[in-house]
Amino acid sequence: MPVLEVEDLRTVFLTDAGAVRAVDGVSFTVGAGETLGIVGESGSGKSVTALSLMRLLEEPARIIGGTVRFQGRDVLAMSGEELRNWRGDRAAMVFQDPMTGLNPVIRILRQVTEHMVSHGRQTPASAKLRAVDLLRRMGVAAPERAAASFPHQFSGGMRQRVMLAIGVANDPVLLIADEPTTALDVTIQAQILDLMRGLNREFGTAIVLISHDLGVIGTVCRRVAVMYAGEIVEEAETAAVLTDPRHPYAWALVNAVPRLDSPAGARLVSIEGGPPNALDPPPGCRFAARCPFKIARCETDHPPLIEVAPGRRARCWVTQDGRPLPPPPIAAQAALREPAPEERPLLEAENLVKHFPLGRLGFFGPVPVVHAVNGVDLRLRRGEALGIVGESGCGKSTLARLVTRLHAPTSGTLRFDGQNITNFSAAEMRPLRPRMGMVFQDPYASLNPRMTVGEALAEPLLAHGRVATKAEARGRVLDLMATVGLKPEWAERFPHEFSGGQRQRVSIARSLALEPDLLVADEPVSALDVNVQAQVLNLMLDLRARLGLSYLFIAHDLAVVRAFCDRVAVMYLGRIVEEGPALELFAEPLHPYTVALTSAVPEPGRERVVLRGEPPSTLSLPNGCAFRARCPVARPVCAEARPPLAEVAPGRRVACHFPGSFQA
Amino acid sequence: MPRYIATRLLSAIAMALLASLVVFLISALVPGDPVLAQMGDIAASNPATVLEWRAKWGLDLPLWERYGIFLRGLVHGDLGISIATRRPVLDDIVQYAPATVELATIAFLMAIGIGIPLGIAAAVWRDSWVDSAARAISLLGVSAPTFWLAFIMLAIFYGWLGWAPGPGRIDPIAFPPDGATGLFLLDTAMAGDWEAWWDAAAHLVLPATVLAAATIGLITRTTRAAMLDSLGQDYVRVARAKGLRARVVVLRHALPNALVPVVTLGGLAYANLLAGAVMTETVFSWPGLGRYTFRSAAALDFPAIMGITLVVSATYLMVNLLVDLSYAALDPRVRR
Repeated sequence: MPVLEVEDLRTVFLTDAGAVRAVDGVSFTVGAGETLGIVGESGSGKSVTALSLMRLLEEPARIIGGTVRFQGRDVLAMSGEELRNWRGDRAAMVFQDPMTGLNPVIRILRQVTEHMVSHGRQTPASAKLRAVDLLRRMGVAAPERAAASFPHQFSGGMRQRVMLAIGVANDPVLLIADEPTTALDVTIQAQILDLMRGLNREFGTAIVLISHDLGVIGTVCRRVAVMYAGEIVEEAETAAVLTDPRHPYAWALVNAVPRLDSPAGARLVSIEGGPPNALDPPPGCRFAARCPFKIARCETDHPPLIEVAPGRRARCWVTQDGRPLPPPPIAAQAALREPAPEERPLLEAENLVKHFPLGRLGFFGPVPVVHAVNGVDLRLRRGEALGIVGESGCGKSTLARLVTRLHAPTSGTLRFDGQNITNFSAAEMRPLRPRMGMVFQDPYASLNPRMTVGEALAEPLLAHGRVATKAEARGRVLDLMATVGLKPEWAERFPHEFSGGQRQRVSIARSLALEPDLLVADEPVSALDVNVQAQVLNLMLDLRARLGLSYLFIAHDLAVVRAFCDRVAVMYLGRIVEEGPALELFAEPLHPYTVALTSAVPEPGRERVVLRGEPPSTLSLPNGCAFRARCPVARPVCAEARPPLAEVAPGRRVACHFPGSFQA
Repeated sequence: MPRYIATRLLSAIAMALLASLVVFLISALVPGDPVLAQMGDIAASNPATVLEWRAKWGLDLPLWERYGIFLRGLVHGDLGISIATRRPVLDDIVQYAPATVELATIAFLMAIGIGIPLGIAAAVWRDSWVDSAARAISLLGVSAPTFWLAFIMLAIFYGWLGWAPGPGRIDPIAFPPDGATGLFLLDTAMAGDWEAWWDAAAHLVLPATVLAAATIGLITRTTRAAMLDSLGQDYVRVARAKGLRARVVVLRHALPNALVPVVTLGGLAYANLLAGAVMTETVFSWPGLGRYTFRSAAALDFPAIMGITLVVSATYLMVNLLVDLSYAALDPRVRR
């Protein structure tokens, strides 16, 4: 008997405008010991599906049809008491954000043990032993001490381990994980995904893993269901979908994501438009409006989910006869970018340092200092794109704020176009501001919700006297909107009326308003769905070619950086540990940290080095090499001397005593 | 933590002194003359008598000297002599304070005992009849004028139904209980005199309800808002996904996270109840600080006003300190 049988599940959100069909006829089966991934963009219904399975929906969401069977029992018919006895015992769920999923005022121990005791699986005493054991198995360091602590004393990765321990505490038959690694860094993500694979392998736990990232699903799940507009549009082996997707939406998802081995400089496949109105979906295929392969029938008849090849089902009229979809057009290589070798770099930093003193500990206590950036040298030539990668807390965002002088450096020198701006006052910086644009991660937070997009774009123009009148500003605003692919009539709209990708276009347009030389982009696409990410990246590539911009591009996604940048610098604990041309650096990383970082990227078939532990605290800098505690090839000398960032091959600099000695 | 408490206590003393200075300056600078307020018209029309009075109460001295005298007395535990009652202010306060402390404490316990459960229920059963009822009770409590409510309650429960005793702390023909604290409930209980205890308790019900009304409303609304916020958090969903009982999810997971704003409000409310019982005490002939304050203010009785200010601000600061300390108990993230 399968663990989970879902048939024709329908969940709606009751709104004033009508019933929004979030999940619209979803069916799948998960057997004992099986793993199923559910992938889709935000709003595709994947999380609502997960919550529906556990019956954890809250008003105004309601399950209006279908069946969910767990080992033959009808979950939707369970009484409150039965449901309580089942949830957290036979079926468990792990949620996306470990920072908010643990109760801040309850000790870890109680949070791990309470449902073991309440479900009668353990006595309080045995639950305590089991909790410590579970935490140890999940890779929590010093589990006894951890159990006695409160959640705020832990990093996100550690908290997600605790969440997993909570999930598996009663040896559930089914584990549903909703984006369990989305909030985590790649090396931590790799550790968590390994844990999940281990659970499935060792205990035969059936897993439903929900993610927007096919790579993540590919590392854990053998099968995947692709969701679009509340429906499953394709279901097959993950490997098959990745190489030969049979639904155009799956095709778009697969090809929108840059990979570490995709050809250099290729444009990403992106499909315009958005999902259909879930209040009133179109009569034909829901993807028809955006589909590059559509035929006449797609507009009128709703395709069923039918078998298109052995073991794979797709909801598409085009591929129903077993035909594969064509590979994406190899986009015209973006013209090979040769930044003119220039005597004077646009941006030059020497030994840049930024320390943040914190509040004094006690009245006469010491002042703790966050060592955010600890001596960074970098040069950015005109027309060049330099990528900065690293995990959270490595100082990459602080560096972005330093080079634009939003922060004042603690020490070091910073030159912009030959001028030493290290100690420039705000007034001295003002004439330079138009030459530096900034794009932030969260386009919603960086746009004023009470200003129309037109006003937001006109503001810098008027503030810097680039235009004399509002009418003149309006003309420029419309040009800008056209540049980033926004319709001119949208100038009167407010930020909340746009989708995430459109808002990020607005942010980019605003940063371009003053025709900057340098664009500093801090995680500009990490909050976006993959398809939207592809649109924004393509736009930024075009702008670069058209306007000759220089980019400082900060991201944690290595494949995105590789696709976008000429050169890459890898940061660890406030220092650059490796720097070099993007393609070479990722093809043959020399620093052990870069090796681990690139190998942690969840791409199927990639040999992975799972890095132990987490980056050390920025409150005190270790002696010697900062990476040595996690380094697989560390030797005694690494604790004694800090390796300098030295050129080991033309254009390639590495801060390691033994560069290239560690390979995945 | 002990150092933190010591630091806070020191700053509390400084704040109390500052408050007394501000009150001193304000009452010295406003027009009005305590001497004229005390004397009959005929005596007041004789300049010599007035001067003599002024000299007697030290009102002819420069301001800073008068404040200096006040401070010097304070160091020796002497708050001066009330112009109106001619008794040491400290004795007056010690006499009147217990009645108010008892009333305010009972009102406070009623406010949290009713407000918090009502707020929790309103949040858990949001948009149900419970929520509507809680909203109606809060609205009535906050918006009904105290004196009106006091009269209505007296008229109904004492005058008409006869369920509650009339004004005063005890039956008018009974003797006030002897006791160290002056808190009748405590004194009678310690003496084992349960008949007197019941009498004192019955006399407390109406004034405490009236005094608590507004605070019940505020605490209900604050608890409801904080609980709704807390119930919407991810950890509550995690708790539900664990298959815990609804009672455990609400009381163990959601409630502790919702208590911080409620405790903040509760602390301020208790201090307010202590200082703001004037109206209730007047209607219920309650021999408390509120009435003493009112009389002293009307008579421009400087020493009494200063003494009351000091006592009230010290209470405020102590309650605030307790509130801050309870944050650390409620939320481990506040501890260092």
